[in-house]
Amino acid sequence: MKKTGIVFLLLILAFLLVWPFIGPEYQVYLTLSFFAYSVALLGFNLLFNYTGLLSFGHALFIGVGGYTAAFLTSRFHIPYMEVSILVTILLSGVVAILIGLICVRYIKIYFAMLTLAFGMLFHSFLMKTYHLTGGDEGMSVEQPYLLGMDFSSMDQMAFFSGPYYYYSLGVLILASIAMWRIVHSPFGLCLTSIRDNPDKAEYLGIGIRKYRLLAFIISGCFTGVGGVLLAPITGHMDPGMVFWTHSGDMVFMTLVGGFSNFFGPMLGTVIFITLRDVISSYIEYWRLIFGALLAAIVILSPGGVIEVLTNLFTLIRRKIMAGENAS
Amino acid sequence: MILEAINISKYYGEFCALKDVSIGIDEGEFVSVIGPNGAGKTTLINVLTGFLKPDAGQVNFRGKDIAGKGPEELSTMGIARSFQLVHIFPELSLINTIKVAIISRQAKGMRLFASLARDKEVHEQALEVAELFGLADLLEETAKNCPQGIKKLLDVASAFALHPEIILLDEPTSGVSTSDKNKIMQVLVDASKKIGIKTVLQVEHDMDIVFSYSDRIIAMQQGKVLADGSPAEVEKNEEVICTVVGQKECFQTFNRIMSMNREERA
Ligand SMILES: Nc1ncnc2c1ncn2[C@@H]1O[C@H](COP(=O)(O)OP(=O)(O)OP(=O)(O)O)[C@@H](O)[C@H]1O
Ligand SMILES: [Mg+2]
Repeated sequence: MKKTGIVFLLLILAFLLVWPFIGPEYQVYLTLSFFAYSVALLGFNLLFNYTGLLSFGHALFIGVGGYTAAFLTSRFHIPYMEVSILVTILLSGVVAILIGLICVRYIKIYFAMLTLAFGMLFHSFLMKTYHLTGGDEGMSVEQPYLLGMDFSSMDQMAFFSGPYYYYSLGVLILASIAMWRIVHSPFGLCLTSIRDNPDKAEYLGIGIRKYRLLAFIISGCFTGVGGVLLAPITGHMDPGMVFWTHSGDMVFMTLVGGFSNFFGPMLGTVIFITLRDVISSYIEYWRLIFGALLAAIVILSPGGVIEVLTNLFTLIRRKIMAGENAS
Repeated sequence: MILEAINISKYYGEFCALKDVSIGIDEGEFVSVIGPNGAGKTTLINVLTGFLKPDAGQVNFRGKDIAGKGPEELSTMGIARSFQLVHIFPELSLINTIKVAIISRQAKGMRLFASLARDKEVHEQALEVAELFGLADLLEETAKNCPQGIKKLLDVASAFALHPEIILLDEPTSGVSTSDKNKIMQVLVDASKKIGIKTVLQVEHDMDIVFSYSDRIIAMQQGKVLADGSPAEVEKNEEVICTVVGQKECFQTFNRIMSMNREERA
């Protein structure tokens, strides 16, 4: 990574660390969704950008994570967050293997349709098994213990803007480091080669199905963990969480932020969450505005908002440097 | 015999692209496949490298039937190829393109958390291949932004980076000016010597190159093998020269040009 990039990241991190102290309570609470979706999108974008596979059913894995947290905390009374995360990684992995074995035989629109179909299948499964999952009523998610600590004596908002905030931020940082390493590993390079030209990759000895499947599994696990983080914030899990529109939201965030940049989808979550919050308080049809916005971005700047920002940044820096040279 | 096709037939629907073709490549040979457009040369390479399944016949690599084995498996067994229409990874840099091959050869592809940038072994070997092909100045260039000639070289270089036992090159000099063709051939021959690839099968249209580099020439027409022999033998075969070069009165002209070229080199 370039030096300016690292400085930028550190600045953002510093801001996020002090944000609960300076920000309004509600906005701090919204930031939690940003953390959760960012982790989820790390997984989504491993498939989308680095492997060239668009999953239109990735909310399924958010569901796996969310329902795992719901079952463990409210059904089995196992409130430990770390247990939820580990069980989710395991379950997401298993689900991803089962679905992936079928889906990775296909690419492009066929892959997207298949993942969409599995997402819908999971949605109906959650609806139909109401004795287990509460059907469309859903299940509640209890406040988790973090690192073995019980915070139930705390006011809920204080819990969210205190321990849970830093816990989520920690998970996001760890997940980002892990994903950063994956996309910069030999495995990551092989994935991009498959994305760019699967025939050529095969001729270079890369088993494309094996790689796609592994990418799908890793992707599912990350998105699952995002789902676990999201569960306590909403306090409730219902099948709407895995509905295809939710998968669509993930695609939206990624495209708006900029899929070809590692941090693009994170910016996308900020934009999505903020805009939805602002716009939906004025008009009911917030998706309409979002659709127009997405169209505008795809047409005007396919690299997403992050591309606009980085271009702007280099432009300003060049201006400043030119100014310094002149004086 | 390292690679052998026995009575291969291949149909595209009703159309027969290969009719009962049998050829064998010995270890250490440099073989050129020639023939007019549509003769079935590319189809033959696709069958030999597991990309297409033959409708009849058998392909043996080192005496073993390779039926049902796809390009991935065959490439790990030691068969590599390049493409007539260049195959590159558009978004990858030149060095990373070569690195994909090196990673594959060293079976490092499943290293999920290792840093590629810090892998000296992979980097040095990729650099070595890049230097052999004269690509060392363009390492960080994105493949899609390179001129056609460079893309072609990159396609070939990444196949060479696998250190295969046999390499099949489908028109490695097509789309390159005549003056550059010899340069590229020299690069290919030198690179295969340095890397230790002893056996080469190439499809080539440039007769000058075919006759000066090959140990053996296989001429094809309409899915059949027309002739298979040393350059000296094929040169005398009027039928072959006329079908390949494509004109009736070509035979004398052809022999005149060939002898002129020989004198020039001498
Ligand atoms: N996928 C395909 N489907 C149908 N017909 C095909 C297909 N690929 C090739 N053919 C036909 O098979 C014949 C042999 O094609 P092939 O590409 O092997 O020829 P070639 O000798 O490589 O020709 P060229 O010198 O033009 O590269 C041609 O007539 C071609 O039109
Ligand atoms: Mg051809």
